[in-house]
Amino acid sequence: MGSETAPSGPEAPSIELTDVTRVYRGPPPVSAVAGVSLSIRPGELVAVVGPSGSGKSTLLNLMSGLDQPSSGSVKVAGHDLAVLSDRALSGIRARMIGFVFQEFFLFPGTSALENVAEGLRYQGVRGTARREEAEGALRRVGLGHRMHHLPEQLSGGERQRVAIARALVGDPVAVFADEPTGNLDSAASREITDLLLSLNREGATIIVVTHDQEVAGCFPRRISMRDGLVVAEDRS
Amino acid sequence: MRSRLRFADAWELSLMGLRYQLGRTVLTALGVALGIAAIVSVLGISASGRAALLARLDQLGTNLIRVTPSTGVFGNADGLPAESVAMLGRVGPVERVTSTALLDVDVLINDLVSPLETGGLSVLAVPTNLPGALNTPLLAGRFLDDASATVPVTVLGRVAAERLGIDNLSGARRVYIGNEWFEVIGILSEMTLHPDIERAALIGEPVARDLFNENLKPTALYARVHPRHVESVLEVIPATVNPENPDRVAVVRPADALVARRQAEEALTTLLVSLGSVALLVGGVAIANIMVMAVLERRMEIGLRRALGATRRHIRLQFIGESMLLAGLGGVLGIGVGATITSAFAVSRDVTLSIPVWGMAGSVLVALVVGAIAGVYPAARAARIPPAEAVRSA
Repeated sequence: MGSETAPSGPEAPSIELTDVTRVYRGPPPVSAVAGVSLSIRPGELVAVVGPSGSGKSTLLNLMSGLDQPSSGSVKVAGHDLAVLSDRALSGIRARMIGFVFQEFFLFPGTSALENVAEGLRYQGVRGTARREEAEGALRRVGLGHRMHHLPEQLSGGERQRVAIARALVGDPVAVFADEPTGNLDSAASREITDLLLSLNREGATIIVVTHDQEVAGCFPRRISMRDGLVVAEDRS
Repeated sequence: MRSRLRFADAWELSLMGLRYQLGRTVLTALGVALGIAAIVSVLGISASGRAALLARLDQLGTNLIRVTPSTGVFGNADGLPAESVAMLGRVGPVERVTSTALLDVDVLINDLVSPLETGGLSVLAVPTNLPGALNTPLLAGRFLDDASATVPVTVLGRVAAERLGIDNLSGARRVYIGNEWFEVIGILSEMTLHPDIERAALIGEPVARDLFNENLKPTALYARVHPRHVESVLEVIPATVNPENPDRVAVVRPADALVARRQAEEALTTLLVSLGSVALLVGGVAIANIMVMAVLERRMEIGLRRALGATRRHIRLQFIGESMLLAGLGGVLGIGVGATITSAFAVSRDVTLSIPVWGMAGSVLVALVVGAIAGVYPAARAARIPPAEAVRSA
């Protein structure tokens, strides 16, 4: 950290978007995100909802530094992602962002512990230190007793917990989850939603993309998208 | 705020990648292994052969010149002038001269054998300095000396002794040469460069004149020359040994035959090494192919790693590392196989085993370079995949 552009203090936004667009070059050109401004403060739990094709996944990719905007600015902890090189952007992803995907993306034949430790590989942390931190993260998601199980030996809900632990390890500024319950039955879905809520209570900033209204309904802040624009925002 | 991949972690990643596709890994490495094995064994066999040859050339010496009368238009060879031995000896750089004179008689096991069954053996009249000049030790017994050269005794070449059934000199051993009994007093050792002497019974010049031919003429001269002046001596020999008919003299350096054979073998070695290189190239293409497939199949992993903070360079390194490991594995396997083949060859041919260390180290290096080159394109493809697309496509 220590960049001049990074403001400090608890009230500085974790994520700040100003008039962000993302146009996929044609033909015909598609405007997946058509001018979005929003701000997410530390410790928030936000659901981004909307039908397929509404641009919510693209928005998540822009906020998390997986993609860069066509115009506008995206700031993560004060760093403007739009002007960063691949190397610097990768550094942001390595140290400030955690990801959870719908398909879990765990390495088969590799223990839960090793999978979680992978989350620290690109921070240059030594193997033994990686595993120590991974143990802590697995305990946080309630999988302290399954550290040496392979993904194939775990249930869907447990696999997603491993993925969440991998996103949390290294204490990122924010965790992004793209349809984290999309591959789960309703019981496991409920379990993951509760886990996200409890992690948020412990202080984690979490942004979840989902088309599941029931899941979204559990979260304190909801951003609704349609055709690349934010059409509604409400808090409960 | 930097993404950082430790060196050890990068190698670990490449190893993990290979484990990920084990069956394929082994088959692909096999291609490179074949190429390397071919190169290592060819170089090894060739080096072992060369070591044996050099040892032999050292022993024989390359400074020996053989002079014979060239066969005339009518196919007759009269022999060289009787004075030629002395004349050749007077040439400055010539250190020693010896000669043989072919006699028109046969050597037989005894007087009962048909004179037609000579076994391809001949009888040569020789001076007493022959073993010294030709650098040939005796296998058994002793050579002719001034006294024994005047009486009917003989020294046999190694092959002649074998064919006459004389393998040692215990007891009285006699052979029948042109109606006379000759006592065998010695057997010469192997003479690779002089098959004619190996297949002959040697008798003294005085006894040959007495019994068979008063007008003895040498049919071959051997001159041991100072190593630095071999070429110049070769030029003056014809006019020296036969001033009247210098064109009726043939001059050869027997070691040349070995050198020529060696050159033929070296051409073959070059050919085989080229074949090995082609195999290596094909192995490299196979690696590139397998890596391109791996990149296509592992988009999810690439996307995930990018999300976890890998830079494009890290992804490139990972795939080039895998490719190099794959080729290196093949290289090490190939060296093992090649060294085994070479050892088997050395043992079966009874030559000194010589596996060039530089050849082995070079082979692994070449394999690694092949792997690195083969990995460049797939790795670049992997690094170009936009992370947002990679995580979506799964």
